[in-house]
This record gives sequence, structure tokens and C-alpha cells, in this order.
Amino acid sequence: MTTVTTAPGRAVPVPQTTPAGSSPARQAVVLARRSLIKTWRTPEALVDVTLQPVIFLALFTYVFGGAIAGGSQQQYLQFLLPGLLGQTIAMASVSLGQNLNTDIQKGVFDRFRSLPISRSAPLVGAVLADLVRYLVLFAVTMVVGTLMGFQVTTGVGGVLAALALSMGFALCFGWISVYVGMIARAPGAVQGIMFLLVLPLSFGSNTFVATESMPGWLQAFVNVNPISHVVGAVRGLMTGGPVAGHVGWTLVWMAAFVVVFMPLAVRAYRRRA
Amino acid sequence: MTTVIEAEGLTKRFGTTQALAGVDLAAREGTVLGVLGPNGAGKTTAVRCLATLVRPDAGRARIAGHDVLGDPAAVRSVIGLTGQYASVDEDLTGTQNLLLIGQLLGLRTRDAKARAAELLAWFDLSEAAGRTAKTYSGGMRRRLDLAASLVGRPSVIFLDEPTTGLDPAKREEMWDVVRHVVADGATVLLTTQYLEEADALADEITVIDRGRVIAHDTPDGLKHHVGGQRLRVRPADPGRLEDVRRLLTALTGSTPAGSGRGELTCRVADDAVLPGLVAQLQAAGIAVSELSLHLPTLDEVFLTLTGRPGAGAQRAAEEAA
Repeated sequence: MTTVTTAPGRAVPVPQTTPAGSSPARQAVVLARRSLIKTWRTPEALVDVTLQPVIFLALFTYVFGGAIAGGSQQQYLQFLLPGLLGQTIAMASVSLGQNLNTDIQKGVFDRFRSLPISRSAPLVGAVLADLVRYLVLFAVTMVVGTLMGFQVTTGVGGVLAALALSMGFALCFGWISVYVGMIARAPGAVQGIMFLLVLPLSFGSNTFVATESMPGWLQAFVNVNPISHVVGAVRGLMTGGPVAGHVGWTLVWMAAFVVVFMPLAVRAYRRRA
Repeated sequence: MTTVIEAEGLTKRFGTTQALAGVDLAAREGTVLGVLGPNGAGKTTAVRCLATLVRPDAGRARIAGHDVLGDPAAVRSVIGLTGQYASVDEDLTGTQNLLLIGQLLGLRTRDAKARAAELLAWFDLSEAAGRTAKTYSGGMRRRLDLAASLVGRPSVIFLDEPTTGLDPAKREEMWDVVRHVVADGATVLLTTQYLEEADALADEITVIDRGRVIAHDTPDGLKHHVGGQRLRVRPADPGRLEDVRRLLTALTGSTPAGSGRGELTCRVADDAVLPGLVAQLQAAGIAVSELSLHLPTLDEVFLTLTGRPGAGAQRAAEEAA
């Protein structure tokens, strides 16, 4: 590769770049930091990972809980909290695609696309930064849930495993939102499309009620639904019960999300004029 | 001298719009190529093709010897791009914006910080360095945007309408910055809607209209072709308009055109007629409220080159109708 030498007489020497310094991984981390600075500047963008889980916890426990669980709100909270983690993660992923779409509209990504950096770095960076939001979501849900009376019956190891699995799931599920963010014409459209996906997935699952109470055709859907599997796994890890099957299926879904939607998203990003 | 920017037969269609219909561009190392044209002429699309953001449907382009289609990564390593709409991150401070680019380019954080500080000082943004770009004025954003495109010391810089929307004073500031960048040895492709701007900055000017090149010349050659400057006189007393008309005709040999607003405009080859005109106006006792020399506007250039008004004037006429 030939490089054009810059004319002599420039005021400051060009700082030498270290080859390792511009790896795709570092680029993604640098871009993730950018997203975090933006989140820090607009804390109201954290509503979907702070207030929303609290409202859902309170709403379903105190309003519907008694009716659903036959009188025992406490018993229902034990069932609900792991489920809500799965649902709110799916909901919180919507803003990822929206923010990326906004960046494209504003022309910020034109700059990134004209730089000699990895094509996928801006997308990977955005997904990595979102991990911080999901960690906030997990922490808020656990703290508020505990204050309401939720009890972990397995132990610290179970909670950590649930944390690791749900964060991994969030990172993989987020690629759907990234892809939608790349193909949608406007940020509002991202939200519309994602809710069409997220609402049936999160309510058509074992999040709020036991699968056995549903008609057979719906059970068939619920039993393959990735949200059901991550919820089942987290539920088992926090409150006991079999987890191996759910964890296995969750990992399969996670791999599927990344294998399908990451290349689609990167391709859409490259093609977007 | 080597040709650093070269494009042949660039073609691009968006749906039913033929944005580029075979555009050739060339700029030699260390020079400024001005690409002049109205809104919708294809300037931005041409820049986006050269900057590897858009794949042309047909045609070839090489930047510093690298093929835009065959080796876009190599092209990106030598270019800087400043878009028509300043693409700075509004939620980041001036420093953070530049630091981000430096780190993405693989500079060590310490070096990236030094480069950011150096550029901010150079663009007179040091005082605003810690404020989010959201709080910047239009001119400051443009400067920050240009600074961001210079972090990696590109040898080829694309400036897409860098002064559109800026007031005249800010425009002059921007021109100084561009001159400075060129003095540092960079090759610049600058798009603009103003002949005045192309004249002030460019070594050569390519005029494009509806996706085609309709003229390519030096600024002097182009001005010569379109009739140099325009002289405008507005007598303080509208009743003296006919006296001014006789005077101008005798002095310049061309027929002055009236605008219907109590002023007369005529073509002049250069500004040598000005002292004579002033003396004769004084001798005839005609006071003037306006006496100016200006370069032809884009619409006047188009009228001369194509025999029809520029797209801008057409659009204005359509909107008025």
C-alpha cells in the first residue's frame, strides 16, 4: 500500500500510531464510551431501565398479583420478578436501535464511515454501551424486588449465574434492535417495529402466568419463545427448579440472534447511503 | 505534479433521480478544486462517492492512487470529510469530539489529547473546549467539524459547502482556515454555491449542473468567460437614473440593465473603470447611495454558460408561480 507523504513544514510531527492501538476491539470500546457519555448527559434516557421495571413490579404484584396467584401477592412476586427481568430487557433493547437510527439521521455516522476503522465497530460499540443500561436494570429490579419481599432461595452463585445469562441474552437480543435501527427510515419507526416484536414475545411467554394455564396452541408458541427460556432459566437460578433445559435453549437463541442479525445489521449499515 | 483526486464518468442514480450523469473531476497535489453548482446539482453525491460513503453505479475514481471502489479502506486512511451538515456529536464536548476521532484512528490517548488541544487552539475553540457542541454557534460547529476531519492529518480533504448558512464574517474566517490547511500541503476539494467562494479559494473550478460537468477552468478563465465583474450603481435621486445610464454606457461600452429598483447593473472587464466613474459622477453632480463591484452570482454564471437560469433561480421562479 502506498501512502501519500504529507508536505514538509507541518507544525507538529504526526504522532506514531501503534498497530495494536487501532484494533476493532479498541475502536468498539472507544465508541461504547461515546455512547455512555451521551447516556450520562441525558439521564432521562434511563427511564426504561429504572422507573419502568419498578412500575411493572408494583403494578403486576399489587394490582394483578392477588388475582393471578389466588390471593398471595408475595407468592406471585417470587414468580414474577425473574420473568420481568426477561421482559424489561427486551423492552429496553428498543432504544438501542432508536439511538443508532438517530445517529445516522444526524450524519454522525458519516464521519465514522469515512474513517479507516472497522465497519462493525460503531454497532458493536453501541451494543457494548447498552450493557451498562442492562446492569442498571438488573440492579434496580433486584433492589426494589427485595424491598418488596422477593427472596432468592438459591444463593449468591445462582444470582450471579442469572446475571451473567440475562446480560448475555441482552447483548445478543440487542442485535435485532440494531438491525431494525439500520433499516428503519426514522427513529419513531424503530420503536413501532420493535414493539410489534417485543410485545407478543414478552406477553406470549411464561413471564406473567404459568404456561399450563394457556390454550394448547399458545403453549406451543410460549414453549419455543426465547423470552420464555431466559425467564425459565433465571427463575430456576434464583428460586430453584430445573434450569439445564432453559439455559441450553437460551444459549441456542443467543447464538441464533448474533449469527443472523449481526451480519444483517452490519450489511445494512454498509449499504445505507 | 501528481493528480491526487481523479474521477472519471461517475454515475449515480437514486430511484428516479439521476444525481450524477458522468462526472469527471481532477485535482493536483496541494491545490484546491472548487466544485461549483446549485442545490441538487450532484455536488454532495460526488463528494460522497469520492469519500467511499456511496458506491457509484458506474465510473472510476482514485484518491492518492487508491481506487475508491477497489480499496476503500486505503482511501479512508488518507481523507478527511467535512459534510454540509456539521456532523459533530452534539452531546459531546469539543474536546471529547476530537479525542474520539483520535482514539479511533489509533492514537495513544495522550497523543489524541494533545492533537485535540492543538486543533481546538488552532480553530479558536479552546475556551469552548469543555462545553457540549450543542451550545456552539453555527460557525463554531463548522470549525469543530472541520477540526474533526483534520485529526488524522489527511492529505486529501473534502469540504462539502463549508460556509453555507454562515454569515459573511464567519465565512471569511472559514476561508482563512481552508487557506491554512492548503498551506500545510493538503489537497482540497471544496463544493460551493458561491462563485465568490470558489474564486477566493480554488485553483481550478469545475461547474456542475444536473449531474454533469458544464465547465472547467481556472477562476480567472471562468470569470473571463462569464464576463468578469458586475458594477452596480444606485443614484440617491431616482430621477438621475437616465443620466447614470448614459454615463455607464459611455464608460463601459456595455448596455446597463435596470433592475426596476432604481439601480443599474452592467458588466465590466475589471475594476479599472471605477475611479473614472466616480470622477464623472462627481462632475455631473450625481450623488449615489450604492456603488459596488461584485462577481457574477451563480445564477448569472449559469445564464452565461447554459443560456438558461440556474436551477436555483428556476426553483425560485417555480415557487413564486
